[in-house]
Amino acid sequence: MVSILMNNKRASIIFLACLGFATVLVPILNLLVGPDNAFHIPTYTMSMLGKYLTYALLAVAVDLVWGYLGILSLGHGAFFALGGYAMGMYLMRQIGDRGVYGNPILPDFMVFLNWQELPWFWHGFQWFWFAILMAVLVPTLLSIFFGWFAFRSRVTGVYLSIITQALTFSLLLAFFRNEMGFGGNNGLTDFKDILGFSLQSDYTRASLFIASGIALAFGYLCCQYIVNSKLGRVCTAIRDSESRVQFIGYRIENFKLWVFAFSAALAGIAGALYVPQVGIINPSEFSPLNSIEIVVWVAVGGRATIYGPVIGALLVNYAKSFLTAAMPESWLFVLGAIFIVVTLFLPHGITGLLKSKKESQ
Amino acid sequence: MTFASLSYIRTTFFLPVPAIIAFVFFAAIATGTETTTVEFEEGLSLLTQNDFDQKERGIDKIDISADPMKKKEIFTALLSDQLFYIKKDKTLVFVEEDESVYRITSVLSGIELTALKKRKLTKISLNNTLRQKINSILARQNLSHQDPQVRLAAANKLLEEPNPSIVSLLASRLTDEKDAKVKKTLSLALGLGQLKDDAPDKRLNALTNLKGSLNPSVRNALVKFIHEEQDETIKKKAEQVLRDIDSMVSFFGFAETLFFGLSMGSVLVLAAIGLAITFGVIGVINMAHGELIMIGAYTTYVIQQLMPESIGLSLFLAIPAAFIVSGLTGIVIERSVIRFLYGRPLETLLATYGLSLVLQQAVRSIFSPLNRTVITPDWMSGSLAINSIFSITINRLSIVIFCGVVFAALFLIMKKTSIGLQVRAVSQNRAMARAMGVRASRVDALTFGLGSGIAGIAGVALSQLTNVGPNLGQAYIIDSFMVVVFGGVGNLWGTMLGGLSLGIANKFIEPWAGAVLAKIIILVFIILFIQRRPQGLFPQKGRVA
Repeated sequence: MVSILMNNKRASIIFLACLGFATVLVPILNLLVGPDNAFHIPTYTMSMLGKYLTYALLAVAVDLVWGYLGILSLGHGAFFALGGYAMGMYLMRQIGDRGVYGNPILPDFMVFLNWQELPWFWHGFQWFWFAILMAVLVPTLLSIFFGWFAFRSRVTGVYLSIITQALTFSLLLAFFRNEMGFGGNNGLTDFKDILGFSLQSDYTRASLFIASGIALAFGYLCCQYIVNSKLGRVCTAIRDSESRVQFIGYRIENFKLWVFAFSAALAGIAGALYVPQVGIINPSEFSPLNSIEIVVWVAVGGRATIYGPVIGALLVNYAKSFLTAAMPESWLFVLGAIFIVVTLFLPHGITGLLKSKKESQ
Repeated sequence: MTFASLSYIRTTFFLPVPAIIAFVFFAAIATGTETTTVEFEEGLSLLTQNDFDQKERGIDKIDISADPMKKKEIFTALLSDQLFYIKKDKTLVFVEEDESVYRITSVLSGIELTALKKRKLTKISLNNTLRQKINSILARQNLSHQDPQVRLAAANKLLEEPNPSIVSLLASRLTDEKDAKVKKTLSLALGLGQLKDDAPDKRLNALTNLKGSLNPSVRNALVKFIHEEQDETIKKKAEQVLRDIDSMVSFFGFAETLFFGLSMGSVLVLAAIGLAITFGVIGVINMAHGELIMIGAYTTYVIQQLMPESIGLSLFLAIPAAFIVSGLTGIVIERSVIRFLYGRPLETLLATYGLSLVLQQAVRSIFSPLNRTVITPDWMSGSLAINSIFSITINRLSIVIFCGVVFAALFLIMKKTSIGLQVRAVSQNRAMARAMGVRASRVDALTFGLGSGIAGIAGVALSQLTNVGPNLGQAYIIDSFMVVVFGGVGNLWGTMLGGLSLGIANKFIEPWAGAVLAKIIILVFIILFIQRRPQGLFPQKGRVA
């Protein structure tokens, strides 16, 4: 355990302690403390925090490839959304005959489109384990397919960024089509329950929150392990001087491919945890803006620190929730300004700022 | 109606008819106008009879006696079931249904009468023979009308609804007709009529007339003809004519798709060509490029608001204005943000993305998030009909031409002016260019301004095609990058050919895949293409590529 954390041991322990504390405390404050108590956390807030945790996991996934491998992916939102759709399909099947049209097999939107039977790719999603498997497998396979082509032909830098963006954009267009069989424009929603527990109940919500916390800790530990292993050192070397590593004799495309695929899998898990907490998944999750926002979380928190992106994701999303409610006009100004300020003045994000303060003391 | 009542009507009303005709004939010799009036009234009253033979005679009478305008009015009303008579006194009236009220006008006097309930009126019904008769009367009248447009319309109508009863009339009109267009249509109509002729050589002759016509009704008639024709040689000939027509139809279909593709490609090239300068020449990833296009479009909108009475002029003024506004915005962006980020492409990408969000929200706050419509000047709407199945819309054509002009201008600037020379020098070897006295950072700013200005001009063009809204730029940014990368970075010709070929490919995929799927297929194709050939279609020469 300690060897995993060896590089920035103190920060990791503080981070994991905080995360563990929050994961235990928030559900307790929600479930055991009465609503009139000042310390009570409403279910809505808990779900929102749970959503932030899944975003944080997504940010960690992006940081792994951007911070340590130098691949700026503008398409990680696609992996996140695919994981989300896999979970959404399971939740759709769980509705059964409680839908508006009462069809025991077909989800409402298919009945509405006059479809007679379930498309082949919807089979199997009645099982939870299958949906989870797909939430991990589909993004992983897509990233392997994509990466296999991209990394072998040595597409790097901005080119890679732009084609990852094109990837998520084409998926956005595709999922908008009703014929795709994923609910088109409206996506998947009106979920009733998960594993037999109602999604409306506070206990289910608390469990999902705890699951998100555990997933984030798992993702954090995995990334720390990768980063501190020999694999991680090769990755950092590829980031800093790709051709040199290649000339030494490493097959860089393989390193890139597997780390990229692992990152996509983490994004898929994050998506699968996100959907039951927000109750909807639709094609807008594929929009290029979403993917690029993830990059900003990482940039704000600080690249190549794993815990930095978590801080960034929480801060930026809290600011977004606050500003879109208080001053909806100002949010894009603020987001745009964050992009510019961070790249111009804070190349290492908030954690970099703290670190340099500490060193100068 | 029973037979008994029918014969009753006959006996009561129809017996005096021969007597009246005799009288009319007699009177016609006496005074001209009076006779025609009498005959006209007589014709009208015959129309109210139930017997179709009587009605036919009435139609004939009206045909010879009424003045052309009145005749047309009555017959058109008859055909469209708007001619009624009042049951009580058999007055013939035009009826116009105005919501629930029936407005009735006397045919004879043209005076509007008090409205009546529908059950007090009887419609004058027609059978097919009568309809055809009236149609041919109207057609004859229109075919000899003095206005060629009316004659053409009448001839075209005959093509749609062939009328065998006026074949002979057509032949005589054809010899008198002077207008070439009308003549051509008439000969087609004649051909269609002659296809039904009993004499085989007439039918063969008709086929020669129809040869090479692209009119859809000719094709339909031929298909039907081949099905029915007994004579083998004529049938063979007809099949040959049909094959020729079909191959021409598919050729023009191909030409139309090609043209649509060309115009879509031109839009892509216009959107991408500014990017080809900023990204291709100085290597800056400008994600705010789409917003510079949007600014150009909004400039057009503002100028049009300033001078609403001269739309055409405002469009021409908008071109330099958009260039200046977008170009200056570009220079400000370069001086304030991008110049600190040279050599850090990923950071440039993020910072300019942030800028694009700020610009979008700024436009949303100033102009509201709703789409704004920019009016298209009159001379740009409408279309150029090459033939009956192939026409070119003028606004698409203008875009193609405009794209060519902008490209040529940009090409000349890059190749022939001193600033172009400096830009190329800096992009090829920055250190050497500086050693030769080129102020590289000033050139960077100007190049960026040039690329941004071209984006603004693209915005003027786009404002003529789509609604102008805050999301206008976002829709084009990914496409623009794809075009630049596909064509080969740093190569203007590559951008041109890349954009055009992607546009054309898109339009050829669209018919069988649908618009969205076509776009996805193109995107996936480019993603795979870049991975096979990262340097694009036309790589820059040198060691780097």
